[in-house]
Parts: sequence; structure tokens; C-alpha cells
Amino acid sequence: MVADLIESVAKIVFIFSINLGFFAPILGWVERKQSAVMQDRIGANRANIGKFTIIGLFHPIADAVKVLTKEDFVPAGANKFFHTLAPFICLVPAIATFSVIPFGGQYELFGHHVNLVIADLDVGILFVFALTSLATFGVVLAGWSSRSNWSLLGGLRASAQMLSYEVAMGLAIIGIIMVFGTLKLSEIGAMQENFLHWGIFIQPLGFILFFTCAVAENKRVPFDVPEAESELVAGYFTEYSGLKFVMFWMSEFLEIVTISGILTTLFLGAWHIPFVTDAMLLSFFQFAGPNGATILAMLVNIATFFAKVIFFIWLQMTIRWTLPRFRYDQVMRLCWKMILPLSLINISITGLVLLLWIK
Amino acid sequence: MQLLMFYLLGLGAVVAALIMVTNKRPVRAAMSLIATMSFLAGLYVLLDAHLIAALQLIVYAGAIMVLFLFVIMLLNIEEKEGRLAGSALLWQMIAIAVVGLVFVLMVSVVKLSDNVVPLGEAAALFGTTRAVGKMLFTEYLLPFEIASVLLLAAIVGAVILAKRRIDDSDQ
Repeated sequence: MVADLIESVAKIVFIFSINLGFFAPILGWVERKQSAVMQDRIGANRANIGKFTIIGLFHPIADAVKVLTKEDFVPAGANKFFHTLAPFICLVPAIATFSVIPFGGQYELFGHHVNLVIADLDVGILFVFALTSLATFGVVLAGWSSRSNWSLLGGLRASAQMLSYEVAMGLAIIGIIMVFGTLKLSEIGAMQENFLHWGIFIQPLGFILFFTCAVAENKRVPFDVPEAESELVAGYFTEYSGLKFVMFWMSEFLEIVTISGILTTLFLGAWHIPFVTDAMLLSFFQFAGPNGATILAMLVNIATFFAKVIFFIWLQMTIRWTLPRFRYDQVMRLCWKMILPLSLINISITGLVLLLWIK
Repeated sequence: MQLLMFYLLGLGAVVAALIMVTNKRPVRAAMSLIATMSFLAGLYVLLDAHLIAALQLIVYAGAIMVLFLFVIMLLNIEEKEGRLAGSALLWQMIAIAVVGLVFVLMVSVVKLSDNVVPLGEAAALFGTTRAVGKMLFTEYLLPFEIASVLLLAAIVGAVILAKRRIDDSDQ
């Protein structure tokens, strides 16, 4: 009982600190620095302590100080209650979705069963969809409550776009759920121990479709029409400043991390290293004793998982600085006329193959 | 613990539903409806129906209510004084009578029914995705298929209603 409690608290603290303490601030820096590298600029490099700038890594700290001291501005005529509520509705699902993503396998440690996922829900991936569908309201409310035309247009675009891509995203992963036969993300992860059974090899089309939908659901370039800065100033969060603005900004970054985590779990073998089974890993660390070996294997698995997450984050950042923004009608047409039929074809083919060859 | 959660969620759902009905501002009413549906999802979780809870959030709180908000925002509906046609009082009385009748019916159904299954070991599995899926595709296959055909008809109807008539615009 006490061990369970300690395990839960440790997992929650770990995920919180790595998401809010590491990924959220570092991604802001990565986005600036990577865009600078790709555009042959130097990028953020001015924040310093004494003579040290450590390639601009003080900028997240400077940003935090700046944000905390800025005025919290609510425009005249705005609905203050909803204006304040909206960033919270955006941020809470972004933080909470990581609770169902397994960042490691299951281990026996000091006679205690450790399952490296905060909440191993039976509905697993559906929980993620439930929370992302709630996050839509944050965006829509932000657009509406600001009493500004830019915001309202951004909110309208966001509501239609996120709703459409949620449908397509749900259909895109049906194939992988059919293959693995479970919604539990920890089970899906465990089934990809064999390198050739990774989701990306079983469901290549599903991977591409889901990845596209996930980027669109997160409103990132090239699907960032709700905030399109050249058309709508900043879209739904035009009228936000200070801490509330940063909450939108952080929820976007946390969603990048969450999407990367889901992609890793579903398609890139979760916490497994290619061609290395769990048993091989344990026997490799045999010198540290049974518990020591388990701990070392666990750390390697967690590191592998986050290495893959960082790879997907890099991929999304690269896409962001490579592609131009689509027009709004192109975004919607891509969803309903390309991704949706392709997902349905993917489901049919997967079903036929499962029925005729695999059984 | 479970009872406390039930009362908290139930109270939340009822209060949010009351706000939804009494509030004259459309966006506030819509947001209260979302809150009601989220509380209901919590109640489903208490009943071990995790799949239904997730679907409640995805379909009702997520998809359908986003459409509600979309329409409210698109038309930019402002706060309006309620206008009741002609014999307003009569309609209000009828509405209250009907709601009261439904309430009495619901209470009596719950009170009279003695086949309330106690939650036990078997019940822990009935709400899982696997169990619901099995039931939908075996025991309740016909209603399930009829519902899908109905939905398909609704989709076709919506497309036909929303479609721009080419021959009209040409002339």
C-alpha cells in the first residue's frame, strides 16, 4: 500500500518535472535556436550571467522572469471570467494526457511490481482523445471571450479544424488498435519488443496519417491557420498577455511532447531498443545483482523512450521551419477528402489482412 | 469514498444543468452543458463504464458541444430577453407539469425496480471496451446496424441540405 503510494507519487513528480521543468522551457529555446540554424542566423544569444551565455540557454530563465512581471491585460468589453478560464482549459489537458502514456515497461523491484505509467487505463488512447477534445474549448473560448475580431476568427477556425482532425485522428489509429487488439497503451508498448513488430512497419500508412492529424490537431505549422500571424495577428490568443499568454504557449509545447510520446508508444516501439529484448537487457546488467540490473534496465528503457520522444520533437520542429502555412480551405480539404478516405482504406485493408492471413 | 464522489459529481451535474437552463447568455449555457456532460462522464467512471465515460467526453462534451459553440460564435448571438409567444403562462404551466410528471415517473421506476444488479466482480468487466464491443457485435448487432444506417441517412441528408444547388445558381 505504502509502496504503491510512493510509486505513484514518484511517477507523477517525474513526469511533471520532466514536462514542465525540462521540455516546456527548453522547447522555447530549441524553437528559436533551430529556426536560427535553419535560416542561417545566430539566434537568441544575449541573455547572460557575467560573460557566460551558454548558447542562449539563459533565455528560458529570462523569459520566465519577464512573463511573471508583465501586466495581465484583459481587453475592455471582454468576458473576464471566460477570458481567464480559457488558458486553464488549454493547459490542464495538455499536462494530464501524459498520465496514460507509458514511459517504461513493467518491472519487479524489491518484491514490488512497478508499472511505469501513471494511470494504466483500460480505455488508454481514448482518454487522450477525450482530453484533447476538451482542450478545443480553451481555444474556442479564448477566441470568443476576447471580444476581438482577430481572436474570434482564430477561434472559429480552430473549432472547425480541431473538430475535423479529431475525427480523422481517431480513424487513423483504428488500424493499429486492430493489429494489437487493445487500447491499453502499456500493452501496445509491450507488444513491440520485437523490432519487426513496431507499429511503423505494421501500419506505415496509419503512422503518416496519424502524424499529420496530430500536427494539425496541435495547430502547428503548416496547419497553424487559427493563429496565422500574417492574417490574424496571433489568432485566438491575440488579446492575451503575461502569464495567461505563456499558458497557451506552454500547452502548445506540452502537446508536442505528448504527441511525440503517443507516436513513440504506438509506432516506434515505445521503450524498446531495436533487436534488444527485455531479457537481453537484464542479462547484460547481471553484474549489478537482480535489483540493480532491474534498475539499470529500467533507466535504459526510460532513456530510450525519451530519446525517441526527442526525435519526434525534432521532427515536428523541423517541419515547422520547413513548410509554409496551408490556406484554410486546403487544410479542411486535406482532412475530409484525403486523410479520412485514406484512413477508411487503411482500416479495410488491415481488417482484410487480419481476417484472411493472420486470424 | 465512492459515495462521496457520487454525491459531488451528481451535485455538480445538477447545478450545472440548472445554470444551463436558467442562463440567458448562450455561451454560458453551452459551457454549463459541457460541465454537466463532464460530470456525467465522472459518474460513468464510478459505475465502471470507462468506455462510455470516454465516449461521453469525446462525442458529447467534445464534438457536439464544439459545434454548438461554433454556431453560437458564428451567429454572434447576444443576450436576449426571452420572448414567449401569446399565452406564455399556459405554456410555462404545461412545461412544469410535463417535467414534474417525468420526474415522478423516473423516481417511481427507480424505486419500484428490484432488479438492480449490485456491483461486484462480474460488474468490473462489463464496462471494458472488449465487453461492450462483444455485446454490440453479437447480442445487439441488429440495433447497432440499424443505428448505423440511421446515422448514414442523417449524414446523406445533411450533405444534401447543405449542398449548393448548381442548377439554381446557374440560372
